[in-house]
Amino acid sequence: MLEHFDKAFENRVRLQIMAVLAANERYDFNALKELLGVTDGNLASHLKALEKVAYIEVNKSFVGRKTNTSYQASEKGKKAFAKHLETLENLIKQQKQ
Amino acid sequence: MNHEQLQSELLSIRHLMERSAKFISLSGLSGILAGCYALVGAALGYREVYGFASKMGYRDHYVTEEEVLVKLIVIASTVLLLSVGTAIWLSARKARKQGQGIWNPASRGLLKAVGVPLVTGGLFVLVMIARGTYGLVAPACLIFYGLALVAGGQYTYRDVKGLGVLQIALGLLAACLPGYGIIFWSLGFGVLHIFYGFIMYFKYDRRVA
Repeated sequence: MLEHFDKAFENRVRLQIMAVLAANERYDFNALKELLGVTDGNLASHLKALEKVAYIEVNKSFVGRKTNTSYQASEKGKKAFAKHLETLENLIKQQKQ
Repeated sequence: MNHEQLQSELLSIRHLMERSAKFISLSGLSGILAGCYALVGAALGYREVYGFASKMGYRDHYVTEEEVLVKLIVIASTVLLLSVGTAIWLSARKARKQGQGIWNPASRGLLKAVGVPLVTGGLFVLVMIARGTYGLVAPACLIFYGLALVAGGQYTYRDVKGLGVLQIALGLLAACLPGYGIIFWSLGFGVLHIFYGFIMYFKYDRRVA
């Protein structure tokens, strides 16, 4: 059954990132870090992984002199996340029977 | 993964989505307090205008007298500042208890949504006062505040939207019944705030405390 799961979502933090980006138009790095309670390096590596499979898109902008990096889910990412949730739900339904 | 694990996993994801998009640190207690400030303010304002010196139920003053007008504006501004201050203070406290900050994408969205109708309404009311048309000040306060709550409700608890709809209804009713502005104002900013504050306090605050 588990082979139906998306490899990109095997990691919990990656799944959480996708969940946040599915519920919001965009989310910035620091807000994600605070919400998920993870370290800079940890978050950055998971974001990189999601970017690599083109599930998320990165936007860089300047607020004063500081760079502000925000992320949004791509269409592909949204679809993959929805499918993952569906798989979870189906699994729960099957186990009930 | 077994059944319970799967279900708790799904629940935690849904919860995270909700938490990321909505400002859930809004304090119900601050609503109760804001309602109390409004009622005290309304009582002070009522005493300013109607006084207790005259017999036979005549007013001592009218809103059109400049001295009275200034006092009313001072009372209303004090109530507003105290309410906003309390809301920020108690929400920040609640956020700390939840292990979250008060400044996040959800609270920014909330402020942006609330800001447009609130600033528009505030300026509109000031224009009405400056032009000496006082009749619709109280209804306009209620209507614009209600619109702000309906807009902001998207970024926080659903109850806020309900409160907004009731404020708008009260404002429209107040516009139809001139002369009862202070009563509708007290009902909207006082009684409704206390009522919804209690609902939100028992529904959400106590879980955190």
